[in-house]
Amino acid sequence: MTALAPLPDETFAGRVKWTLHDYRTIVGQEFTHLWRQPVNFLWQLGFPIVMVLLFVYVFGSAMDVTGQGAGVDYVAYAMPGLFAMTMAFGFMNTAWAVAEAKEKGFVDRVRSMPMASSAVVVGRNIADTLHAAIDLLVLFLIALAIGWRSEGTFWETLGAFVLLLWLRFALIWVGVWIGLLVKNVEQAGSLFALAFPFGMVSSVFTPPELMPGWLGAIAAWNPVSATATAIRELFGNPVAAGNSWPEQHALMAALIWPVVITAIFLPLAVRRFRNLGR
Amino acid sequence: MTTTTVEAVNLGKRFKDTAALDGFDLSARSGTVLGLLGPNGAGKTTTVRILTTLLRFDTGSATVAGFDVARDARQVRRRIGLTGQQTAVDEVLTARQNLVLFGRLFRLTKARARERADRLLDQFGLQDAADRQAKGFSGGMKRRLDLAASMILAPQVLFLDEPTTGLDPAGRREVWDAVSGLAADGTTVVLTTHYLDEADRLCDRIAVIDHGRNLVDDTPSGLKRRMGADRLEIVAADPADLPALHAIVAAVADGETVTDEAASSVSAPVKESVAALTAAATSVRDQDLTVADIGLRRPTLDEAFLELIGTDTKEERR
Ligand SMILES: Nc1ncnc2c1ncn2[C@@H]1O[C@H](COP(=O)(O)OP(=O)(O)OP(=O)(O)O)[C@@H](O)[C@H]1O
Ligand SMILES: [Mg+2]
Repeated sequence: MTALAPLPDETFAGRVKWTLHDYRTIVGQEFTHLWRQPVNFLWQLGFPIVMVLLFVYVFGSAMDVTGQGAGVDYVAYAMPGLFAMTMAFGFMNTAWAVAEAKEKGFVDRVRSMPMASSAVVVGRNIADTLHAAIDLLVLFLIALAIGWRSEGTFWETLGAFVLLLWLRFALIWVGVWIGLLVKNVEQAGSLFALAFPFGMVSSVFTPPELMPGWLGAIAAWNPVSATATAIRELFGNPVAAGNSWPEQHALMAALIWPVVITAIFLPLAVRRFRNLGR
Repeated sequence: MTTTTVEAVNLGKRFKDTAALDGFDLSARSGTVLGLLGPNGAGKTTTVRILTTLLRFDTGSATVAGFDVARDARQVRRRIGLTGQQTAVDEVLTARQNLVLFGRLFRLTKARARERADRLLDQFGLQDAADRQAKGFSGGMKRRLDLAASMILAPQVLFLDEPTTGLDPAGRREVWDAVSGLAADGTTVVLTTHYLDEADRLCDRIAVIDHGRNLVDDTPSGLKRRMGADRLEIVAADPADLPALHAIVAAVADGETVTDEAASSVSAPVKESVAALTAAATSVRDQDLTVADIGLRRPTLDEAFLELIGTDTKEERR
């Protein structure tokens, strides 16, 4: 066996270069996963698709969200909500993947290596955001197939797409933090009980106006609602917004919420990663 | 050259109410193989995790390859390889993809990483399975892949936590060869194991740990020597001969002669073992006795180990 020389001392520029190199390697690993397990990828999309079918074809006919009668324009209302919900639930995939990497000892191996310690967390985020972009494209196509249309301009539509990813990006930090916090993959799996109300108590499928007062207030202030309402405006879909500040300033709220979430959960995730050795 | 590559002094680590390490010392000289032995829960994995920068400790100090584990973790990580007790490969990737991935994370160029992967696949007998997903591997194959991954860089110090647990005899031999090869090239190896024959064969020194404390630190032969002299043992073909055999053994014994009725055997410690064996065999022939077996029994490392752990447990009970 040939002995390899120890790595040379690194300059600051060298460290930056290697850090980027590590990010790319980890992202590459994630994409090999996608490539190797297309079925997993489809399963993750399965849930939002089932929700579309349920809400559009089962409950939708009974819902009057536009005030023009039950079922009218429901597809146009529900689709953007569904996009937002898919982004919101995505953090569970992140949490699950991180918990698995930790449980399987992969995180430990990586931590004992000379790579940039941020690569696990940041690489995860880049990979998951790209993954989410693919999810969204697939959902867009399905939505188009069942008759949803964006009435907005190309730029407005693109803006909505970016806003959705912006929410997902912020929630990935939550996912990383939770993934590092839970003991094992099973615990990460049971997160659904937490995520479901977070996704549903929002304007995703029902306008907050139609909910009891206190619940409606929570729904109105839910970050998922802000994004859902903002993209409805951008897509030119029915909005059904109430009078609360986030509903009146949905675009602003959809921009700010992810910043707030990142500001809280990015440091938490990084700290948790550093403290794994306790 | 006898520099110390791994040095831990007075390590202490508590997990809530258990003291995993309680003033543990460890040192390994450059290019040697140090075996860390001890019963389940003794603190072996905890020690390895501390020395590989994965776990913080409460008291004491540790240096690896000349760098402080707590303060210079980054420098330490550049010089070590680790195979943890738990297999840590990416099961979705193939064996080859795993090795290339780790090679890339060790900052090898793509070409170099592929080349290393190829060699290691060969060395660990994984060439046939190289392009299959690790998910479908047997436990032993995963283990070998895991070991290969820790040897990508021929590190200055290699830590192996129970490297051969779950391997078949051929797999163990491959690991032993790889470890000896690395040590011959100057790598310092710290390995934990429950197999005493493995420690006997691979290790230059053995540190025995129990309840997070040092029991012994010695060479394998030194450990065996502590067990005392070789024993001469004669197994009777006919139990009626036992008194006669007792006399024969007692004549050459260097200590108490013991008759074991159940095993139909007589044994005693002897000093000049070969001379004693010859003398006893001659007496057996002269007296026209038939015996089932006659021979020298050397103490095994197992006995040394059990003896050590036994005394420790007894002290604990007092
Ligand atoms: N993360 C942890 N939390 C709580 N206790 C722990 C933790 N890790 C180890 N311990 C405790 O520390 C002690 C030493 O554990 P360690 O894993 O080092 O033993 P070991 O010698 O490697 O045992 P084995 O031979 O079974 O692998 C045990 O009592 C164990 O229960
Ligand atoms: Mg252990």
